[in-house]
Amino acid sequence: MKELEALNLPDNIGYTDDHEWAQITGETVRIGVSDYAQDQLGDIVFVEMPAVGDQFSKGDEFGTLESVKAVSELYIPMSGEVVAVNTALEDSPELINEDPYAAWIIEIKPADAGEYQQLHTAAAYLDLLKG
Amino acid sequence: MRYLPHTSEEIASMLATIGKDSLDDLFGTVPADCRMTNAWQLPPPKSEWELNEYMRDLAATMRVNEHTKVLVGAGSYHHHIPETVRHLAGRSEFLTAYTPYQPEMAQGTLQGIFEYQTLTARLLGMDAVNASMYDGASALAEALLMGLRIAKKKKTVAVSKAIHPHYRAVVRAYLQPAGYQILELDVLDNGRTDLSGLTELSDTAAVALQSPNFFGVIEDLAAAASAIHDTGALVITCFSEPLAYGLLKNPGQCGADIVCGEGQSFGLSRSFGGPALGMFGCKEAFTRNLPGRLVGETKDIEGRRGYVLTLATREQHIRREKATSNICSNQGICAMTAGMYMASLGGTGIRKLARLNYDKTQYLKDQLVAAGASLTFAAPVFNEFVVSFPRDFGPCYQRLLDKNIIAGLELGALYPHLANHYLFCVTETITRQTMDTIAAEVRA
Repeated sequence: MKELEALNLPDNIGYTDDHEWAQITGETVRIGVSDYAQDQLGDIVFVEMPAVGDQFSKGDEFGTLESVKAVSELYIPMSGEVVAVNTALEDSPELINEDPYAAWIIEIKPADAGEYQQLHTAAAYLDLLKG
Repeated sequence: MRYLPHTSEEIASMLATIGKDSLDDLFGTVPADCRMTNAWQLPPPKSEWELNEYMRDLAATMRVNEHTKVLVGAGSYHHHIPETVRHLAGRSEFLTAYTPYQPEMAQGTLQGIFEYQTLTARLLGMDAVNASMYDGASALAEALLMGLRIAKKKKTVAVSKAIHPHYRAVVRAYLQPAGYQILELDVLDNGRTDLSGLTELSDTAAVALQSPNFFGVIEDLAAAASAIHDTGALVITCFSEPLAYGLLKNPGQCGADIVCGEGQSFGLSRSFGGPALGMFGCKEAFTRNLPGRLVGETKDIEGRRGYVLTLATREQHIRREKATSNICSNQGICAMTAGMYMASLGGTGIRKLARLNYDKTQYLKDQLVAAGASLTFAAPVFNEFVVSFPRDFGPCYQRLLDKNIIAGLELGALYPHLANHYLFCVTETITRQTMDTIAAEVRA
């Protein structure tokens, strides 16, 4: 496990209590899990993703991450409609361990872009992890 | 690996650990009126020969004995069990209901169950088969729950009324308290399931059919699967007689997504109804939603082939309330026995035996029709069929019973509109002589 100070927590994305991140990319938002989440889970062996077109409200479960020792639910940081899923993860789920920020999981068209403001900054998220 | 009960030293040591003086002390929280207070009233011990004689006398009082010709199937089938199976399955190393967790201790058991899974997957045309469920009925209930999980938001399933009535009762027990809707599909005059109402079922997660169904009738699974898929539902097929797939196109080839059923036919004695064996498999896309244990093949650090439980993250010790099932122990020894049975017969043997069942069944069907009986359903059957008789069959049934032949199952109790219709089953154990006797009595 990494020391909290050793975590990679970029400043240009928003974080949730459940360790997902969201990044605004023009009209859409990409969603993934934080360095802390991938580190805690260990080797990820399967990513269950929703279908393109599925609608979710903020906080809904949109998929699961399965590692060799546990399964975790994924909760969506912002409401919206899924416009893309990262199909590279179907055959190479370990991409999330290698770089959790490059390995986005889904891309959504947000219902309310303002919801982004409610997410934690990197500094606030780190404070949360420190408890 | 041997399985021995606790010794008195072990019990004493465990009691000491938890700070209890005795077993009575341990069970002290059980209310007094729920406990047995008087001692067992048992007869004095018998010598081995006295006991053998006692058991023989007891056996002689039973209606069914080894000479009885049983022409009743209806979910439990009287097949010959090869002595190889009885011998191998009787080995103490295999005697456990559990799928073993410790691969370092249990390679033999794990490999045996892996072989069972592989043979069953081939028989059913599935990509993955689990290490077993309790029985055909609970396997069907679990299959429908799996269909609901995969479909996520849909809350309805549909099942054919030609599925074994006991299976449907278990399905209701599993699904109704959880708030799911169960639609029942009617049976056509030819004995197959009526699928004409399917187009209205856009909110249905899964549709289940049994083939051969409870009436012995072979469903047109390929056509049904395609019609069901058109509604967006998953196709679940179940069975009570897996031997049929020695002859019929397997459910996987017909388009089934999940296949489940009862495996008693494969080397397990009927034993008044149990223990049974739930066979359960699915297509690869749904593997992560499988209930139950799954044995996989792997390599150890030195590159040698080995067997372990796999995809365990589906199970309750890891996923808790989100597990794919709460099944924990299962039918380990029954699955092992079925694997031994399939391996003993081989593909050719299963095909030949299925053919023999089919041919003998056709023979009795023809003889009964020639003797004046009418077939209730016109669609093709495997080793069971339903007939009615021009006159009350009761006296004839009794005369055959006096000759130690059990001539079918009257269906009124299970299907009131089929009162005085009889479900017959003919396996390899029924001789032409027995069938001719039945036909002669019908004519008499």
